[in-house]
Amino acid sequence: MNTTSTPTKVASTDVSIKPNVVNTAAITKVTLVIFALLALLPFQDAVYDLFMMKVFCFAIFAASVNLLLGFSGLLSFGHAAFFGTSAYVTAHAMKEWGVTPEIGLLVGVVASTALGYVFGALAIRRQGIYFAMITLALAQVVYFIATQVPFTNGEDGIQGVPRGKFLGLFDLSNSSHMYWFALGVFILAFLLIQRVVQSPFGQVLKSIRENEPRAISLGYDVDRYKLMAFTISAGLAGLGGGLKSLVLQLASLTDVFWHTSGEAVLMTILGGIGTLWGPVLGAAIIINLQNYLANLGGWSTIATGAIFVLCVLAFRRGIVGEISHRLNIRL
Amino acid sequence: MFELLGISPQALTSQLLIGLINGSFYALLSLGLAVIFGLLNVINFTHGALYMLGAMVAWIILTQLGGWIGMPELEISYWWALFIAPLVVGLFSIVIEKTMLKRLYHLDHLYGLLLTFGLALVIEGLFRHWFGVLGNSYPVPDLLRGGMRVNEFFIPWYRLWVVGMALAACFATWFFIERTNLGSLLRAGTENPRLLQALGVNVPLIITLTYGAGCALAAFAGVLAAPIYQVTAIMGSDLIIVVFAVVVIGGMGSIAGSILTGLGLGVVEGLTKVFYPQASSVSIFVIMIIVLLIKPAGLFGKVR
Repeated sequence: MNTTSTPTKVASTDVSIKPNVVNTAAITKVTLVIFALLALLPFQDAVYDLFMMKVFCFAIFAASVNLLLGFSGLLSFGHAAFFGTSAYVTAHAMKEWGVTPEIGLLVGVVASTALGYVFGALAIRRQGIYFAMITLALAQVVYFIATQVPFTNGEDGIQGVPRGKFLGLFDLSNSSHMYWFALGVFILAFLLIQRVVQSPFGQVLKSIRENEPRAISLGYDVDRYKLMAFTISAGLAGLGGGLKSLVLQLASLTDVFWHTSGEAVLMTILGGIGTLWGPVLGAAIIINLQNYLANLGGWSTIATGAIFVLCVLAFRRGIVGEISHRLNIRL
Repeated sequence: MFELLGISPQALTSQLLIGLINGSFYALLSLGLAVIFGLLNVINFTHGALYMLGAMVAWIILTQLGGWIGMPELEISYWWALFIAPLVVGLFSIVIEKTMLKRLYHLDHLYGLLLTFGLALVIEGLFRHWFGVLGNSYPVPDLLRGGMRVNEFFIPWYRLWVVGMALAACFATWFFIERTNLGSLLRAGTENPRLLQALGVNVPLIITLTYGAGCALAAFAGVLAAPIYQVTAIMGSDLIIVVFAVVVIGGMGSIAGSILTGLGLGVVEGLTKVFYPQASSVSIFVIMIIVLLIKPAGLFGKVR
């Protein structure tokens, strides 16, 4: 297990660790190409804009789970709490306070980050499997609260959320404006995650994932790193959630339900744990699948579960993970 | 003196009894989770779905099976269900263990959780597809209808029976693990499976049987629950999260600890329902937070 870490260099916090140059070049090229393709999409009739925007939201959400699971080795089963909290807060801010979308998103992200700090501080007190159970249980508290407090409107949710005007200039009710906005948020989130993962901070997280006792013995305050990773991840999940309530103009109980947490984990596994593009591809596939199965009642849940089982049993690297393993590049 | 805080004694006793019943289910389920985790290092997310499956099997063999096989008058009673449902679910779980879980033992424990999560979705999804989400009521068996009257309190026989049976099952499990030879093998397997295997014991068989037995306990709880709650495809999905919180509070190190924590938390939840109803559904989670702050390893857990 304890192979890839580079203990001699990681020893001091302020040493900047240069990732393998070839790998970085590969991912940069791929990233640029995909971003360019995504930017061209709204000019095609073949792809449904709303679908792509929904993919962006869930890609950010899944990537936030992956930041914990893939790069820190922490499985959170409660990320719907952050996704949903931010969705509600953003929707409320947009609808009741009439703020601009960037402020709405910001308020949502602040709320989910604060919640993430509290949950993280509690959950890192236990490890491994308990960590997953605690995050799940804490998220259930958020779900119960969401069913009780008046501002979430219970079963109805917050409907008809206005999209507002970005910076007071660009009206996001225009579908292509909204697409650019969502794409911009997605690219920012993606670059942020890439930055975090490739930073010295990210390297320390990986060392904790690979061998926690060794990281402790090297003098790292492991709990502090885990808490920071958890808080960042919660904030990102909130960004996905807030964007979702702008795109779909709806925040509902589904957003905070534990099935949603499970979906984010599934997107991550299907795409490839610990890869940057994996969660994005996973999100695209799962959202697509749900679109097709939406009219078939319970089959969407069954299919989700079956893919889970198959991935865990036979396809643990995930799609992007498998490709990057075969080609020996990092994606 | 009963009128303390304006709470009627009827409400208090009835909620206490409901609390005890819920506590019995928590105890049965968390006990199964603890035994399975001890030996397999897997947190069995399917436990809630198997509890539902237990209740479903009981309901199906009572009301549906006869029609399916062309003998409409066939009704397999509650008493048979108490044996048949755990047996069916136990065998089903053994198949799962043999075909799927077994392949994951060499990996990180998290994969076991993810696999069983996926299975839970499939099982619940299938039953929701077949039977819908509307509740099916399961009649209380004739022998246990009615109840007794103590002063002005009415206590249904069936509820007493549930608490009694759950306690008996918990005690039997504890006795089996702590006091019998086979149980000592199980404990040895929890401590050091390789050494046990080197001594000539068939450890994979013990693991398979333990998983089956733990899941059968969940199905047993399901049959007990069938006449109290509505039998639906989703009856186990929220329960499992509460049971996870129970397991976090108690820690999975001790069998007796799991039982006590489960019962105790059920009662606490029942009391919250009397004194502050809004908080009853989150009371156990709040206790979990407090325990995490004060004693992170859990009430009966060992620091790891």
